[in-house]
Amino acid sequence: MTAPLIWIVFPLLAGGLLLALPRERWVAFAGTLVSVSLAALAFWLPPDMTQRIGPLSLRIESTLNVFGRQVSLTASEQIVLVLVYGIGAFWFFGTLASGSARRIVPFGLIVTALLVASLAVRPFLYAALLIELAVMLSIPLLIQPGQRPGRGLIRFLIYQTLAMPFILFAGFLLSGVDVGPADVGLIIEAAVLLGLGFAFLLSVFPLYTWIPLLAEEASPYAVGFILSLFPTFSLIFGLNFVDNYSWLRDSPPFTEILRLVGLLMMVTGGIWAAFQRHLGRIFAYTIVAETGISLLAASLPDRQLGLQAFFYLLAPRALALGVWAMSMSVFEKRYSTLQLDSLRGSARSFPVAAVGLVFGNLALIGLPLMASFPIRQALWERLAVLSFPAAVWFGVASLGLWLGALRALVTLVDARVDVPWISNEAWEQRVLIGLGIVGLFALGLFPHWAQPLLANFPAMFEYLGK
Amino acid sequence: MPDFVLWLAAVLLAVTSVGLLLSRDWRWTLGLLGGQYFAAFWLILARWPLTLSAATLVTSWMAVAVLGMTQLSIKNERLSETSWPSGALFRAFAAGLVLITVTSSAQPANKWLPSAGLPLVWGGFLLIGMGLLHLGMTVHPLRITVGLLTTLAGFEILYSSLENSILVTGLLAIITLGLALTGSYLVLFDAPEAPESAPE
Repeated sequence: MTAPLIWIVFPLLAGGLLLALPRERWVAFAGTLVSVSLAALAFWLPPDMTQRIGPLSLRIESTLNVFGRQVSLTASEQIVLVLVYGIGAFWFFGTLASGSARRIVPFGLIVTALLVASLAVRPFLYAALLIELAVMLSIPLLIQPGQRPGRGLIRFLIYQTLAMPFILFAGFLLSGVDVGPADVGLIIEAAVLLGLGFAFLLSVFPLYTWIPLLAEEASPYAVGFILSLFPTFSLIFGLNFVDNYSWLRDSPPFTEILRLVGLLMMVTGGIWAAFQRHLGRIFAYTIVAETGISLLAASLPDRQLGLQAFFYLLAPRALALGVWAMSMSVFEKRYSTLQLDSLRGSARSFPVAAVGLVFGNLALIGLPLMASFPIRQALWERLAVLSFPAAVWFGVASLGLWLGALRALVTLVDARVDVPWISNEAWEQRVLIGLGIVGLFALGLFPHWAQPLLANFPAMFEYLGK
Repeated sequence: MPDFVLWLAAVLLAVTSVGLLLSRDWRWTLGLLGGQYFAAFWLILARWPLTLSAATLVTSWMAVAVLGMTQLSIKNERLSETSWPSGALFRAFAAGLVLITVTSSAQPANKWLPSAGLPLVWGGFLLIGMGLLHLGMTVHPLRITVGLLTTLAGFEILYSSLENSILVTGLLAIITLGLALTGSYLVLFDAPEAPESAPE
C-alpha cells in the first residue's frame, strides 16, 4: 500500500460514495469518520515508517508512479496530513450544526484529497493543475440550490483558473533560471509571471473582490470551509516555489515585496472590515487579512521563526473560522440574511451562536488568551524590530478588524424591545459551538501543547526549513 | 509540418475566435468553439505525437458536446444580457485591438519559447487575448465558460512546445472537460427554471 493511495485516492473514492448516501446525518458522520481515520493513521503510521503489531510489521510506501511522474507523500508531510484531515473532520462534523452535509462533506472530501495531491505531485509545479481541479469541484459545494450563480462565484472560477497558466509558464522559465542564474532578463519575466499567478491564486489586493461577494451570496459554512483550505494550500505551494529556487529564496527584494503585499492585504482587509454592514463580508475581509498575516510571517528574515508562525496559525485559524462560520449559518437559517440591520438584538434568541460568532471573530484577530494571540503578538513584535511604520500599519489593520467585530457584537446584543434571553439553537449547534469556543481558549492558554507537533513543519521544505 | 500549414491553422483560429466574440446564437458559438479546437489541434500536432494531440481534440470536442447538450435542455434560445455591449461593431473593434496587440507581441515572445515557432506563439497568444476579452465582457455562465476554454486552449498551444508528459496532457484534458461540466452546472442554475433538487 502506498501513501498516495491512502491519503489521496481513498478519500476521492469515499467522497464519491458519500454522494450516494441519502441522509444528511449519515453523510456528516461518515465523512467525519473517514477524515478522522485518515488523520489518525497519518499520526500513528506516517509514510516510510514501520510499525509493529505483534508479529505483524506494517509499512506504508511513500511513492506512487503515475504515467511516469511521481506522486509522493513522505514522512515530512505527516503533520500536514494530520492537520488537514483533522481540520476536515472538524468541518464535516460541524455540518451537523450548520446543515448542508450532503453538499459540503462529499465535495469537501474530494477537494481536500485533490489539495493533498497538489502537495504530493512531483515536479511540484503540477500542483497548479490539481489546485485548478479542486477549484472546479468546489463550485457545486458553493452554489446554493435554487439560486442563480452570483458574481462572486463566477469571479472565483475565473481568477483561480487564470492562476494556473501563469504559474506553469513561470515554472518553465524558472527551470531555465536554475541552470543559469545570470540571465537577469529571464528572471524578471519569470518573476512577473509568477507574481501574476500567485496574485490570482492567493487573491492578493486588488484581486480579492470575489471573496466578499462570495461570502454574501453563498452559504457561510461552505465559504468558510473553502476559504480555510484554498489559501492554506496555495501558500504552501508558494513556499515550495521559494524553497526550490535559490535566487528567489535569497533575494532581499522578494522578502520586501512579500512583506509589502502582506501588509497591503492586512490593511485593506482590516479597514474594509470596519465599514461592512454584512456579517459575511466582515468574515471575508478578515480572511483576506489572515492571508496577509501568513505572507508577513513568511517574509520574516528569521526563516525558522517565520515558518513556525506561518504553520502555527493554521490550526487556530481553521478552528476560529469553523466556529464563526457555524454560528453565522445558525443566523442565516433563521433570518435568511446576514445584514447587521436585520440581526439587531438577535443574540437574545440565539445567545450561543452570538457568543460563537463574536469569539470566533475575536480569536482570529488576536484577543488575548485566545488561540491566535500568542503568534500575532510575536509577529507584531518582530515586525516592529524590522520596520516601525510596518508595525504601525499592522496596528491600524488590527484596529479595523476589532471595530468590525465590536460592531457585530453591539448590533447582535442591541435589542430595541425587551425580548427575553432564550437559546433557540439546536442541541448539536450548542454542543459544537461550545466545544469550538473551549478549543479556542485552550489553544490560547496552552500554546505550548501544539509546539512538538508543529516543530516538524519546516522539515517539509528542503532549504527553508534549515 | 511546413510553416504555411501552421499559419493556415493560426488564421482559422483568428476566424473562429473573432466569430465566437461576435456570435449571439449558442449553436454558432459552440460550432465555432469546435472549429477553434480543431485549429488548435492542428497547431499542437506540430509538437506532439498524433495520439496525444488527438486525445486532446477528442476531449475538447466532448467538452463542446457537454455544453451543447446543456443548452438543448434549457429553453434559452439567444444569449442576450444587459451588460453585454449592444453593438457587434464594438466587439469587432475590441477583437481588432487584440489582434494588433498579439501580432506586435508575438515576435518578441517567440524568443522566450524558441521551440514553439511563430505560428504557435501567435495562435496561443491570440486565443489567450480573445479569451480574456470574452471574460471581461460578460457575466453569462456559457460565455464565461467559452472564454475560459478559449484562454486555456491558447495556453495549451503554447505549453505543447514545452511539455509533452502524458500526466500533464491528461490533467489538462480533465481540466477542459471539468470546466465544461462546471460551466454546464452553472448554466443549469442560471436558467429561469433552475434546479431546486440539487444535492442539499
